[in-house]
Amino acid sequence: MRIIRMTAAALALGAGPALAAQDTITLGMQLEPPNLDPTGGAAAAIDEVTYANIFEGLTRFAADGAIIPGLARSWDISEDGLTYTFHLAPGVTFHDGTAMDAGDVKFSLDRARAEDSTNAQKALFAGIADVAVIDPLTVRITLSAPDGGFAFKMAWGDAVIVAPESAETNAAAPVGTGPFKLARWVQGDRIELERHPDYWGAAPALSKATFRFISDPNAAFAAMMAGDVDAFPVFPAPETLEQFKADPRFTVIVGSTEGETVLAMNNKQKPLDDVRVRAAVAHAINRQDIIDGAMFGYGTPIGTHFAPHNPDYIDLTGISAYDPEKSKALLKAAGVSDLTLRMALPPPTYARRGGEIIAAQLREIGITTEITNMEWAQWLEQAFRGKDFDLTIVSHTEPMDIGIYARPDYYFQYDDLGFQALLALLDNTSAPEARSGLLKAAQGKIAMDYVNGYLFQLAKTGVANAKIKGLWENAPTQANDLTGVTWEE
Amino acid sequence: MLRFAATRLVSLGLSLIAASLVIFAVIEVVPGDPAAFMLGLNAEPEAVAALRDELGLNGSRAARYLSWVGGMVTGDFGQSYTYRVPVSQLVLQRLWVSLPLALYALGLSTLIAFPIGLIAASRRGRPADYGIMAATQLGVAVPNFWFAMLLVLVFAVNLRWFSAGGFPGWEAGAFAALKALTLPAVSLALPQASILARVMRSALIETLGQDYIRTARAKGLSRRQAITRHALRNALIPVLTIIGLQFSFLLAGAIIIENVFFLPGLGRLIFQGITQRDLVVVESVVMLLVFAVILVTFLVDLAYAAADPRLRHRR
Repeated sequence: MRIIRMTAAALALGAGPALAAQDTITLGMQLEPPNLDPTGGAAAAIDEVTYANIFEGLTRFAADGAIIPGLARSWDISEDGLTYTFHLAPGVTFHDGTAMDAGDVKFSLDRARAEDSTNAQKALFAGIADVAVIDPLTVRITLSAPDGGFAFKMAWGDAVIVAPESAETNAAAPVGTGPFKLARWVQGDRIELERHPDYWGAAPALSKATFRFISDPNAAFAAMMAGDVDAFPVFPAPETLEQFKADPRFTVIVGSTEGETVLAMNNKQKPLDDVRVRAAVAHAINRQDIIDGAMFGYGTPIGTHFAPHNPDYIDLTGISAYDPEKSKALLKAAGVSDLTLRMALPPPTYARRGGEIIAAQLREIGITTEITNMEWAQWLEQAFRGKDFDLTIVSHTEPMDIGIYARPDYYFQYDDLGFQALLALLDNTSAPEARSGLLKAAQGKIAMDYVNGYLFQLAKTGVANAKIKGLWENAPTQANDLTGVTWEE
Repeated sequence: MLRFAATRLVSLGLSLIAASLVIFAVIEVVPGDPAAFMLGLNAEPEAVAALRDELGLNGSRAARYLSWVGGMVTGDFGQSYTYRVPVSQLVLQRLWVSLPLALYALGLSTLIAFPIGLIAASRRGRPADYGIMAATQLGVAVPNFWFAMLLVLVFAVNLRWFSAGGFPGWEAGAFAALKALTLPAVSLALPQASILARVMRSALIETLGQDYIRTARAKGLSRRQAITRHALRNALIPVLTIIGLQFSFLLAGAIIIENVFFLPGLGRLIFQGITQRDLVVVESVVMLLVFAVILVTFLVDLAYAAADPRLRHRR
């Protein structure tokens, strides 16, 4: 065995110089994207392959979450905040060789907001009143109300620019403007991207990228260890991360995501319609126990539905601090005893493991839980759409999604006119300080109303070959932006 | 023989119709909407409705059943909701992994099982027999996914002789493809070989006790000649049954092994189809598998008849 290892080491050393200029990468992903059209599906895996690689939008997220120019080099906002004029980069072509111009932008946005649109984030485009082509490189977008967050909305993967000729076939044969184009898709196994030679921007260092789909955590571990994949940006076996940390061949990348993980409560279901009962549930939760027990210590406690790395975040964990005695008193005050709640748990580990821990914590204050494990499709139909649940655990991974609390028909059914007014005001405000103040007020409002039990911000834990530089540490949106990835010599 | 084949063919057809009804009914009962699944948590209800329309999910049950069955009869298996490519293309791609893997594993298991079953039977009650019985007992007891993980740790993570999984595709060359299938095939084959060897042994022992073997020996044949000329052929019927069952199992039942080695096989396609509510894929692939199992059973029946003339003439 030793001889074999030494031979292998010698071979690796011998091959060293030839590999110095390695310009290909193999990334592991747990789930395969169902298709490659980000404008027609919500699966995170679609953006994890296509965002910034195959498709580009007017604006885009940088690694730190800032909004930077994408296909639009710059944009002007009118005095009244109603008109956005985007100036497009010249010389942009789609992978099929056709030119990208203002007409394609108008087509893409009109398609996303059309009546028969199947865009998963149609709400992003709801404020658009009109899209007008001024000249081939200028687009004027008129909004029905001022929206300080419009450039942010245009950075989403769902708002990428597509061509009329290929829009309907992007699912299987994506045609975008990005630095990489689809070379091959072996369904169930891998997707191969290759450098687009006519890319309008700076050419990426990588010439080829392969995404491999490995759903089993043990197999993911073995594939990393055996060198079959170079990086696993969202690694499914957190219990093995210590082993990777100790191995100089690898780096462990721990960052934050936009995933607020909440114990959602059905606000219209008795007795959870009583704020005292919801407060009792919230005070019964020991967040650190859940993070340690379910997430191997990775995750940041949150006290409201907002990402801690956002500059406008305020730490409100104190409002729902762990205090079982207070919970018991609150239940007594509400006149509730012998309470049994139904908890619907979707498949991710944060929900399944977290649910068991929360059930034990609720038992301490005299609440019994009946856990039902569900598949996603079943959860979506029964809990999410049918609202047939008392408690459930979900990570809301969309960036800046506090607006869901202003939708009274959303699954946790929080219907509060004050909060809705606050959000309406926010939509119509573009001055940064005023927006910041409103966002903080909104965070406070849902924390004090104990709408949900706010658990933790989902961490992004990945493993990569130590020689790879430029992978995103955080996930301002779900993406594997390969434009800045290089191999160290 | 012809009449025998004809009655088997009729029962094959009836089984297929029954299976299609059951599959369709089960899929209809399962909760979960493919359109809602695809559009996720933030989707507007009208976007979901528009997608349902686009996918053709709004027709009546009878109409959808008939169009599904009608399509299959003409070779059109429909289009996957999620991948948006024809199901037949997906299945064909997966078959190029699953079929060779099943044959590879079956070949290995037969190659291992025949000689050791033969040795155990002919050395009945002696140390070689006890050794083989103990080893096959272990082979049946060890879960194949555990054995697969062990193989990965030894041969992929430590020795680096094989990659930990994945399939390069046949265009990478037969050697690379077979190499990628070797560890999965071995981990699938060992438990199957253990079962097959035990069946082989008991079948042989039974035939060895028959009168015609005593006659053959009395005629002057050596023990070896008696086994190869007379006993083996008669012991084949139960062995063929097991091989037929094993092949059907290996074709779609390798899903756990496919997960351990992240192979894009049929088992994973069904699993993925179920979680994503890609109902067309699930329906059509399950139907194809039913067809394959029924066909294999049919062929095994014919093989019985070839191996045992009595079956041909039985009315």
